Amino acid sequence: MIYIITTWFAPSSIHRSSLLIMQRILYMIEKEFKQLRRNKVLLRMMLAAPVMQLILLAYAANFEVKNLKIAIVDQDHTTYAQRLAGKFRYAERRQIGNFLFQGYLPNSKSAYEELLAGRADLVLIIPPHFERDLGKENQASVQLLVNAIDGTKGGIASGYAQTIIRDFNLAIRTENIDFDAGSLAGLNVTNQYWYNPRLEYKTFMVPGILFELMLLIGGMIAALNIVREKEIGTQEQLNVTPIKKHEFILGKLTPFVIIGLIQFTLGLVVGRFLFQIPIEGSLLLIYGFAFLFMLLSVGLGLLISAISDTQQQAMFVVFFCLVIFILLSGLFSSTQDMPQWAQYLNLLNPLKYIIEVGRNVLLKGSTLRDMQSQFFTLLGMAIALIGLASWRYRKTV
Amino acid sequence: MDKAVTTHKLTKKFGDFVATDEITFEVAQGEIFGFLGANGAGKTTAMRMLCGLLTPTSGEATVAGYDVYTQPEQIKQRIGYMSQRFSLYEDLTVRDNIRFYGGIYGLSRAELKTKSASIIRELGLDSVADALVESLPLGWKQRLAFSVALIHDPKVVFLDEPTGGVDPITRRQFWDKIYEAAHNGTTIFVTTHYMDEAEYCDRVSIMVDGRIKALDTPTELKRTYGVDSMDGVFQILARGTSGK
Amino acid sequence: MKRFLAFVKKEFFHILRDRRTLLILFGMPLAMVLLFGFALTNEIKNAKIAVLDLDHGPHSRQITDRLLSSGYFQLIQNLNASRDIEPAFRRGKVKLVVVFPPNFSQDFARNDTEAQVQLLADASEQNTAISLTNYATNIIQNYKSEQAPPGTVAPMQIDVQPRMVFNPELRGAFVFVPGVMAMVLLLVSALMTSVTIAREKEMGTMEVLMVSPLSQLQILFGKVLPYLLLSFINGCVIIALGVFLLGIPLNGSLLLLLAETLLFTFLSLSLGLLISTIADTQLVAMFASLLVLLMPTIFLSGFIFPIESMPRFLQFVSNIIPAKYFIEIVKGIMIKGIGLDLLWKPTLLLLGMSAFLMAVSLRNLKPRLNQ
Repeated sequence: MIYIITTWFAPSSIHRSSLLIMQRILYMIEKEFKQLRRNKVLLRMMLAAPVMQLILLAYAANFEVKNLKIAIVDQDHTTYAQRLAGKFRYAERRQIGNFLFQGYLPNSKSAYEELLAGRADLVLIIPPHFERDLGKENQASVQLLVNAIDGTKGGIASGYAQTIIRDFNLAIRTENIDFDAGSLAGLNVTNQYWYNPRLEYKTFMVPGILFELMLLIGGMIAALNIVREKEIGTQEQLNVTPIKKHEFILGKLTPFVIIGLIQFTLGLVVGRFLFQIPIEGSLLLIYGFAFLFMLLSVGLGLLISAISDTQQQAMFVVFFCLVIFILLSGLFSSTQDMPQWAQYLNLLNPLKYIIEVGRNVLLKGSTLRDMQSQFFTLLGMAIALIGLASWRYRKTV
Repeated sequence: MDKAVTTHKLTKKFGDFVATDEITFEVAQGEIFGFLGANGAGKTTAMRMLCGLLTPTSGEATVAGYDVYTQPEQIKQRIGYMSQRFSLYEDLTVRDNIRFYGGIYGLSRAELKTKSASIIRELGLDSVADALVESLPLGWKQRLAFSVALIHDPKVVFLDEPTGGVDPITRRQFWDKIYEAAHNGTTIFVTTHYMDEAEYCDRVSIMVDGRIKALDTPTELKRTYGVDSMDGVFQILARGTSGK
Repeated sequence: MKRFLAFVKKEFFHILRDRRTLLILFGMPLAMVLLFGFALTNEIKNAKIAVLDLDHGPHSRQITDRLLSSGYFQLIQNLNASRDIEPAFRRGKVKLVVVFPPNFSQDFARNDTEAQVQLLADASEQNTAISLTNYATNIIQNYKSEQAPPGTVAPMQIDVQPRMVFNPELRGAFVFVPGVMAMVLLLVSALMTSVTIAREKEMGTMEVLMVSPLSQLQILFGKVLPYLLLSFINGCVIIALGVFLLGIPLNGSLLLLLAETLLFTFLSLSLGLLISTIADTQLVAMFASLLVLLMPTIFLSGFIFPIESMPRFLQFVSNIIPAKYFIEIVKGIMIKGIGLDLLWKPTLLLLGMSAFLMAVSLRNLKPRLNQ
């Protein structure tokens, strides 16, 4: 395609001087694509990256807590105790919890050992006289040992178990006493989860992942590409040619922006059709933002390449930035709950803004008006990065 | 303007280190000008200043009539450059490289076509024109790089140790190309540390520790120092400094 | 051997001279631990909410006050009609809207009618949405039960006493420190190794080394040994940060922990070598390391997402992710305080994997370098 454009432009001798700039940029772009086309491994990996990450994400990334391994210590051996244990033995059929019953244990010491060895996630201990106390004292207690190394998971697991026990509690109450449920009720709190009613983790993650990948491609690949030219010496050769700074930068910028947008499209298609991510907002708007963000990413890559001498250096700088950007971006945890210093740091995090845009535009149908502060921030960042990179990029050493 | 290159007290310092120290010389058009010296003598630094890759610390210099401080872009349009490091894209084909550099220098499509064909024919690369450059032997690559450096018919060509690492026969072939270019009116500015190559130059300057110690035709230099080879000249000049 | 040591020394100084890389090499784990430890909390604080109060009664106002004084919520908007809800969400600030229907306070005071409160959460950030509704529901229900006449005790009460074993305060650091350790070790050893060797190939200096009197094996080990040491130091730094800064216990044997860390570093190194046998350029080496190593490690090692919840196939795949075993070992030693008697299985697996990977990469490497 570029070949056609250049051949179309080149012979028109009247406008040659004014078209010379255009021509040089086109030759730069053509060269980049030729090199990329020859690098089959890289090409394949660049196309595989978004698909692989999205698929991994869709099936692996799931905070849901399922298949909890439970063991039970029954020291009471009464009907009630066995019925309670039975709730967990057959809990797989229930919607909630999904417990995997591992068997009975003799005492609390062995319970602890099971937790140590990782053969159980939680152990329910039904103490002696459980049934008796329940009848006589009107109250009995059970103990729940939860492996809480993963605090979140432990908390949820404990919650599930308590729900099952509470249900059992309610069931035996209604059996024994004519229990008036109405006297405790009276306030009904209903929840509605907008924009993601089934609380699908994918829906929440995909918009973020799409942009994270663009930053990776734009920043990393662009930075390494340019530093590579420095390392192998072709950069010096280019520097003695009459090519202008902005021609060089545009020539490098364009291919990566195109590649980034192709990847974005690929990711969007996978997200839309494989994972049914809604696209509520305007497609034009989301592509506009994608384009802007890609400019920003490549700008970052250019800047890093300007300050690095070797690919290793560049790679590590990009990596460092990326890790911080990603962790703070709100991809995994909410940005609002972060401490103040992290929120200040986040003001400089382009990924934070674009993830807000992604979620708002894709899932909620937000308009440019809604997203104008993000738009101007990102625009400002892109201009600043590309400006800085052009300023730092020297044709002299 | 009949001088291809002029310098007057051209100096480059890196911190306290003086890489080139007030060097002054002129190169006439069409001349093959040799720049000799040991590694670190300042040859490459001097050349890089003339190519616009380095900004001089002080002194004056012009290339093809343009000032190195104020008109580097005009200079770049009129010079060719071949660095020590191999400067073509190894992951592009012979043809791709010619096309790319020709395009960057603003050759028209028609010019590109004829240039490309003539370079490939002259170098006898027809069979490998669409092979990746990385698959070529080093000597071929160097000759290709030289032809590419000449693709826009520059007034001056700067060659920084162009024949490093190849055998004498290949080096001889390379020098044939240099003669040919000089014959066509291109000024050749070449650095080398092979003393036999110095004999091929019209004039030679010998640099020691950032200064030009001698500048004349090889014949004159040999006569002045009373030796029968450039190697001898170089030995005397280099030893002279170390003896100080 | 002497020559080999000289070579290793040279390589080592080569790395040490590159200050920037070194800074990042050691800055990265520090930054990750700090961020994970202090910035990435799932605690809810001052979440922005809006209230649509169609009741204007005493109870709706008091519940709103309760919500705001809890510290979890911050009111940024009072809505007037339900059509205002959608735009408020779309602007992206409001995370939760509390809706009190008309006559809420009247219904609340009566015993025969159920009063209704609606919580509308922006679930495009789903974790936050779940937490927010949970907190709000609790606060509202507490308010309700306080209003109930005192002395009403439910009969036949089963009291559940949960005990959070190993991590009673439910600290996040207990999970992520082992995870970050696995990630950083993998990153530094595998990535750096593969990239370093690819660099030599790219620059054509591998051939120069090959003609030196050192054997190929010596050259390779000379190249990777400094990284082995650096990653190991990195691992120690993370352990120290975890223990002294984040208060993770070190209940088991430190010696065993260090030995296992070294083993995992060695394994990562072998992985890096394997990648370098297929990658000719640094870019490819880096991409392969990211795609084949880092991503699966993050997603499939159980570091962030629980393995038990994955589909069968991925659970199966997770078994070949070395980081999974290393994380299990680190948690076991540091937090549970167990020893080899319970950890011999994952240790043996890591050993086997290292041996296998090293063998495969050495076999792959030789013919390629001989080309």
